[in-house]
Amino acid sequence: MKDFIIPDRDFGTPAAKSKQMVTLTIDGFDVTVPEGTSIMRAAAEIGISVPKLCATDSIDAFGSCRLCLVEIEGRNGTPASCTTPVAPGIKVHTQNSKLKQLRRGVMELYISDHPLDCLTCSANGDCELQDMAGAVGLRDVRYEAPPAAEMATHFRPKNNSGIANPNYIPRDDSNPYFSYDPQKCIVCSRCVRACEEVQGTFALTIEGRGFDSRVSFGMKSDNALASDCVSCGACVQACPTATLQEKSVIEIGTPERSVITTCAYCGVGCSFKAEMRGDELVRMVPYKHGKANRGHSCVKGRFAYGYASHKDRILNPMIRDSINDPWQEVSWAEAMEFAANRMQGIIAKHGRHSVGVITSSRCTNEETYLVQKLTRGVFMNNNTDTCARVCHSPTGYGLGQTFGTSAGTQDFDSVEHTDVVIVIGANPTDGHPVFASRLKKRLRKGAKLIVIDPRRTDMVDSPHIRAAHHLALTPGTNVAVVTALAHVIVTEGLFNEAFIRERCDWDEFQDYAEFVSQPQHAPEAVQMLTGVKAEELRAAARLYAMGGNGAIYYGLGVTEHSQGSTTVIGIANLAMLTGNIGRPGVGVNPLRGQNNVQGSCDMGSFPHELPGYRHVKNDNVREIFETLWGVKIDNEPGLRIPNMLDAAVEGTFKGLYCQGEDILQSDPDTKHVSAGLAAMDCVIVHDLFLNETANYAHVFFPGSTFLEKDGTFTNAERRINRVRKVMAPRNGYADWEVTQMFAQAMGANWVYTHPAQIMEEIAMTTPSFAGVTYDLLEEKGSVQWPCNEKVPDGTPLMHVDGFVRGKGKFINTEYVATDERTGPRFPLLLTTGRILSQYNVGAQTRRTDNVVWHDQDVLEIHPHDAENRGIKEGDWVRLASRSGETTLRATLTDRVNPGVVYTTFHHPDTQANVITTDYSDWATNCPEYKVTAVQISPSNGPSDWQEEYNAFAARSRRIAAAE
Amino acid sequence: MSHDGPHAKLIYMANQIAKFMESKPLDQGVQGLAAHINDFWEPRMRRHLFEVIDHGGHGLRPLVMEAAPQIRRPAEAA
Repeated sequence: MKDFIIPDRDFGTPAAKSKQMVTLTIDGFDVTVPEGTSIMRAAAEIGISVPKLCATDSIDAFGSCRLCLVEIEGRNGTPASCTTPVAPGIKVHTQNSKLKQLRRGVMELYISDHPLDCLTCSANGDCELQDMAGAVGLRDVRYEAPPAAEMATHFRPKNNSGIANPNYIPRDDSNPYFSYDPQKCIVCSRCVRACEEVQGTFALTIEGRGFDSRVSFGMKSDNALASDCVSCGACVQACPTATLQEKSVIEIGTPERSVITTCAYCGVGCSFKAEMRGDELVRMVPYKHGKANRGHSCVKGRFAYGYASHKDRILNPMIRDSINDPWQEVSWAEAMEFAANRMQGIIAKHGRHSVGVITSSRCTNEETYLVQKLTRGVFMNNNTDTCARVCHSPTGYGLGQTFGTSAGTQDFDSVEHTDVVIVIGANPTDGHPVFASRLKKRLRKGAKLIVIDPRRTDMVDSPHIRAAHHLALTPGTNVAVVTALAHVIVTEGLFNEAFIRERCDWDEFQDYAEFVSQPQHAPEAVQMLTGVKAEELRAAARLYAMGGNGAIYYGLGVTEHSQGSTTVIGIANLAMLTGNIGRPGVGVNPLRGQNNVQGSCDMGSFPHELPGYRHVKNDNVREIFETLWGVKIDNEPGLRIPNMLDAAVEGTFKGLYCQGEDILQSDPDTKHVSAGLAAMDCVIVHDLFLNETANYAHVFFPGSTFLEKDGTFTNAERRINRVRKVMAPRNGYADWEVTQMFAQAMGANWVYTHPAQIMEEIAMTTPSFAGVTYDLLEEKGSVQWPCNEKVPDGTPLMHVDGFVRGKGKFINTEYVATDERTGPRFPLLLTTGRILSQYNVGAQTRRTDNVVWHDQDVLEIHPHDAENRGIKEGDWVRLASRSGETTLRATLTDRVNPGVVYTTFHHPDTQANVITTDYSDWATNCPEYKVTAVQISPSNGPSDWQEEYNAFAARSRRIAAAE
Repeated sequence: MSHDGPHAKLIYMANQIAKFMESKPLDQGVQGLAAHINDFWEPRMRRHLFEVIDHGGHGLRPLVMEAAPQIRRPAEAA
């Protein structure tokens, strides 16, 4: 689709990467471009737009539309400028009478098979076909279907006698977000190529030949929804006509302005243009210059924003004395007074350590900073935690110990230089789809892939992608597998001695080498335990060590284990062993779950550290904040989320301010969480919706969406991206304003009037952010921390000349089996994960049309295990663990090994966390979501717990009618 | 999982840390365990841990007991 608001020039073909420059002349002007550049792009560089239809700079040139013809002096014919590369000294003409005539002829043919309903067409004003007709001066269309074949068009539904045209295909509206209208199609193949090259799904194809060529979603019987299409929107973006069009544009019309902002879903942090008409959001379009996504998007960021205006959204503050009462809507002032009185009462009675906060990984850096400031500077304790506790806290610990800082080492562009990729405990095609597309693009160009995952994820085997090795380990044995990989690398002499001698502590390495060389760490010794064949593991280790640039990407399948931190350390060890740190194409890359989980960790959300990962025990760090805030900061670590809940049950923790986080649904062992919440005297929930946690709340502050406020998010590559307000907050206030009002009600003298001032305070206090200002972000678009005097432009790659901690530290990684074990009562292992169309607990995506792809959580079970239990596809099954039981429907698949079952937890009805235990990572208390011993049996429907809980939830969501 | 006794969970957590630290040379393990608890355990949790340690450390792995002198005793309730 043409860009008509901020003209992001379309250069027609992708940029060439050659360092060799070539000079040529186009229409009398000299131009110098990299070798391999197309003539079309070279012309565009000097402002000459050669007419085109099938070319766009997100995909390779194709040369099918024949509109971009040029003449080159001394060469025969009129070559297509998109497919013809530049050559030194050639003289190109883009406009002369011959070219004009040829182009007009081509256009005339195109238009002869295109409806002329421009005024009522949804692409009116945004149609490249329309523009090109104008550009070539088309004034007449002489061709018509002949009387003998009057229906030889693709756009006339029937003839005058009412006989249907067999060439006419009606509009396909099956996808909830875009329509496919074949009558408008010019078969330029841009959609097909975008699906292949940009997204890597290969859902679209051209069927038929010549006049019969049609764009098709896979098989003839498939419509858009039934096909492999993942609804990423790349085809819609590429389409030059109204053939593939957002339904929102069909409904509203074209937008009139756009604002660049950052997606509020996963940790990839894609940049988008929010295209607006007035204060109505018309569509979200991936921003071409976004450095994380490079113009690509997924179904969530591109389309699933409808939750922002969903009827379930709460727009007024509410209070209640007891969680058994209905909610009462009140003014902001009343809500603040009520909340502050309760909190002050608790502090007076139970002491300053009896209250705390949970910051949100969905809110901005500025908002998170204020929430931790609230507990540290107003409540006067360090009881702050964030949802990173339940996802990447082991990353913080493990990378902090080994490298010296908690951060991924690369930018996403780095993947373009990778030769061997290890994906461990991550499912990027579902969890981090835009990164997955970039990874798949690299794999199609020949990079090798090793997947370490109990499930056969889409990365293992999908169109034109096949993993060289899939180590389908038994859940809970990551450390054994990672240590065995190190065993092979050390004992076979594949380690990079020069790197280790220069960059790491050689003595520590020798201790470590001795440790991993022990025979019990050999692949042969652990294969019974891990289920991974020794030969396969050895081959994978050799490939990673010797295959060129090796990069490791990992997710929650690494961290959410009893030994999550140990596995992160093991991964860091592997990268140091092989010297895969400190240059493009290598590194250790945690794929972060939420949009701002990196930022919330950076901003001091953890109870033991102030912003910038500095421990509260350090006097010099506390002093910085004490001076600025004029308070005394506690020098003892505070409570982590699970510890808060334990303390609540014990009776020493009574009040919680929880922003943008649904701990009841997302945290493990639901019954323990609800017992903890029920034991508190004041739970303040600050959210868009009455989430599950709000069932136990006394105060509800309505939240604002990412569209309604200014701020910044920091993505998994440490990139600080601006979030920009495109509409007024429907609840009245941005979240940072709400936190400030609450702090003021508690007696604080905060007077921020814009998030930029909060960022100033962050920069003033936190060395890795010292150079960050809104002005800088305005100028550069985004910046990766550290950004300070030493590195004013930020840091795309970490640990280039040396590790942050000095020498890289090898740490022994002894495998300790989790105590969550299978036995006769619970013989299967349950592991959990995500699906593309839903996000986290689903609070947002469940309130969009994304539910057409996933309307309930289902249990994946191997046919063998299903047959033993008499379970058939689609049956209700009872899923029971030592903690609890729930029911859901089963699906039979060999993606999981026998003995392993799998589900997602996007829907609150499923209550998958009723099943999960409270085992957790030894270092960080990150819960062990990925391993639970379970039993499965046929069932008739929802469990007693589900029914009781649903009744309770309905009761506790009542809002009293206004009097 | 089942936790018996009021401090069973803390004993379990301390032992988990001990199991990681046991793969280090003894002095580093002792120091590492104490430092970890000092850095990450809120005073309430350390107070409960000392209630166990001071009563003989029943259920704690030997490394925890060995590290106990280096674990910071929390100040009396603030």
